[in-house]
Amino acid sequence: MSRNSLFFWIGAIFFLVAALLMTQVIGNEYPFFACYVILQFIVLSVSWSILGGYAGYVNFGTSAFFGMGVYTAVFLFKVAGAPLAVQIAAAAAVGALMGFALGLLTLRMQGIFFSIATIALTIVIETSITNWRYVGGAAGIQMQRPPVIAPFNSYVQMLFFVQALLVVLAIGTSRYIQNSWMGHGLQALKDDELAAECTGVPTLRLKLLACVISGALMCAAGAPAAMYLQYADPSSAFNLNYSVTVLAMSLIGGTAHWAGPVVGAILLGTTQQLLTVTISSEINLLVLGVMLVLFVVAAPEGIIGLIRRVRPKRNEGEG
Amino acid sequence: MPPETNAPLLRISALTKRFGGFTALDNVSVDIRPGERFGLIGPNGSGKTTLINCISGAFRTEAGTVVFRDEDITRLPPHVRTRRGIARSFQIPRPFKSMTVAENLMVALDFASGTGDFVPAAQRRDTLMSILTRMGLESKADVSATKLSQVELRKMELARAMATHPKLLISDEAMAGLSSSEVDEVLDLLMSLADQDITIIMIEHIMQAVMRFSDRMMCLDAGRIIAIGTPAEVMANQRVQEAYLGT
Repeated sequence: MSRNSLFFWIGAIFFLVAALLMTQVIGNEYPFFACYVILQFIVLSVSWSILGGYAGYVNFGTSAFFGMGVYTAVFLFKVAGAPLAVQIAAAAAVGALMGFALGLLTLRMQGIFFSIATIALTIVIETSITNWRYVGGAAGIQMQRPPVIAPFNSYVQMLFFVQALLVVLAIGTSRYIQNSWMGHGLQALKDDELAAECTGVPTLRLKLLACVISGALMCAAGAPAAMYLQYADPSSAFNLNYSVTVLAMSLIGGTAHWAGPVVGAILLGTTQQLLTVTISSEINLLVLGVMLVLFVVAAPEGIIGLIRRVRPKRNEGEG
Repeated sequence: MPPETNAPLLRISALTKRFGGFTALDNVSVDIRPGERFGLIGPNGSGKTTLINCISGAFRTEAGTVVFRDEDITRLPPHVRTRRGIARSFQIPRPFKSMTVAENLMVALDFASGTGDFVPAAQRRDTLMSILTRMGLESKADVSATKLSQVELRKMELARAMATHPKLLISDEAMAGLSSSEVDEVLDLLMSLADQDITIIMIEHIMQAVMRFSDRMMCLDAGRIIAIGTPAEVMANQRVQEAYLGT
């Protein structure tokens, strides 16, 4: 293991320990309620970037994957009272399948056509769920939380820790991909698909793989949301806000490095949470829009791009 | 020239490519022999680039077959053909712009060797540097591909193609827009590659260069072969002169 990896995993363990300690020390539920949302957006942005950032295929279907995660959990819970871990694992499997199907159908299209197809996917799935009575249909469904498992004192604290685990899983995956042959292949096809293909890169297979991994992680991130809200309905689970927000977070953070979406999600997620408490939840979208415009104009490569430009390049081309 | 008894490296049989109602290639058949330096000429729009897009797999063909080293590759996707040993450069250079020159070549080393064996990073760096040195680009290894001059870009495209370890290299107007001294430089490079058992198909408008380079030449016009033979034969051909000079 290289020194960088060692630092990374020490950091990850430190983060998880800190998250666990928080649940033991802080009695108030609100911080967990707020931080859960930020963690959820980190997972979504990081997973989105695997296809949207590394490969440059802009996916507007985040809400489709997120919503499917929510409803996989709802379905399994209603049908068998499945525990949370099973709900998340099943959601990941559903997300992978969905990513595979979406990829097969649409990844031959390039650029904007792919993006439009992903919006269509969201609408198709949302409509299907809205008309499925068993999981509540348009009216939504109430979820009764099961008893909490030790050492946690409340269910929200447990969900917070579970989402923290998913954060580490998503970032670890994304970081691994970036540094592996897969990341190099995706970068090449993002730059020039025909040239990549003629240099031996199996572009369709790599894009499919990225779509599967990205989809699985996004779906997994959605699974705990039903228990978090104790309620699920199609129009909020498949809300296009997820797609837009996640896109904005990734672009503002920068998509060329795994840390970009993390920074973007923390920055925007925290701002949104603060604004929701202090002013109103409506102003969220306004702030999102303004920040997106500012970054597109002033720093098209996001915060990571800004940092790279300011800091003189050390050992360029190495590592 | 290699003996006639050799099986062809590449056999193109009755290849036809249409774009809508326009026939870009009409029943083209040609054999490329191993080790040959093959020049492909023809006026603009005669189908030269279309032909190499069909060989490298960027285009699907309507009819005909492409056989490479006794294997029918007509339906294979481009990356598989690259792994089989067909490499190409592009008429307008297509570097991976977010990468350095070395990283551009690394993509080829990572994906085109196809053996799946783990090669230590230091050894891959050596392979890469030896290719860059041969191309005269060793000082540019860690420079971004966007910072290269036109002639350096052309060389990098050839270097990237070489990093896939090709048996057949297709050079699509690698000398267009270069000064005469740069043309000589690239021509010498291609000559030295041909000396290393790599079969080369060269598309070129600079007649002097392609005549000096080729063992054999072929002239396309409106998607048909109008002449094939030694450079002198092709240039003396009545129809070639008409195609270039007009009647």
